[in-house]
Amino acid sequence: MSLLKWEKGGLKSNVARARGLGSAKDGVEHWMAQRVTSVSTLILVVWFVYSLLNGVALDYVTFTTWLQAPLNAILLILFTISVLYHAYLGCQVVVEDYIHNEAFKMVKMIGMKLTFFAAGVACIFSILKISFGL
Amino acid sequence: MSKKTSTQNTRPERPLSPHLQVYKPQMTSMLSILHRITGVGLTVVLAAFVWMVIAAATGPKAYAYFVEMASTKLGLVIMIAGSFGLFFHLCNGIRHLVWDTGHLFEINCARNAGYLVLLVSIGLTAAMWCCILGVTL
Repeated sequence: MSLLKWEKGGLKSNVARARGLGSAKDGVEHWMAQRVTSVSTLILVVWFVYSLLNGVALDYVTFTTWLQAPLNAILLILFTISVLYHAYLGCQVVVEDYIHNEAFKMVKMIGMKLTFFAAGVACIFSILKISFGL
Repeated sequence: MSKKTSTQNTRPERPLSPHLQVYKPQMTSMLSILHRITGVGLTVVLAAFVWMVIAAATGPKAYAYFVEMASTKLGLVIMIAGSFGLFFHLCNGIRHLVWDTGHLFEINCARNAGYLVLLVSIGLTAAMWCCILGVTL
């Protein structure tokens, strides 16, 4: 990770810090991940909305029975990962563009990362629990 | 003399670059910001999804509470707005993916594709809710 503006000393020597100036040199992965997750989310969200329209989530018994089918549980876990990662990447760009206070931006970014990660863990655990019928 | 140096040393207050308010609103720029707004807005829907899944894992009572909350007027408004947000973000996302391949950059094409995206997303939202609410046209 490159040095932050407000990090005066850091662990790098002066030369190493000067060399690091300019672009962060890791933007392509972010850009590409946003595109890849957009396509995977596109496919999975169509499947999920179609399922919702078929009434799979109308009540507890229908929803849990639906999730006990392995294919549904697998697709819903994939959907969760795909959509949360896509949303995280998108929110990160929005925060980077509109929040200019460096300290607040940092807190917001870390908070967002932890929140999205926690949401993902919670969803995957819940889906597995229902699917295994525990 | 001293006055002159002081004016040279102070930075003039010039307008900063993306000086948005002087531009006329255009189809392309409006849809661009709407893509971001719907994207951020959809995280609210995502939170509801997380709630739904956790509630289902918690038990019948928690899930019934979620369904009850989703059936309130506020829940319905969030679902209708959320479905438009989803359809718009989805269709406009495809428009963005086409741009990424280097096509559709002609100003007329970009604008017309924008109108198409808007039309299709409104149409899909209307069709979906007509289906759900049992309204026949």
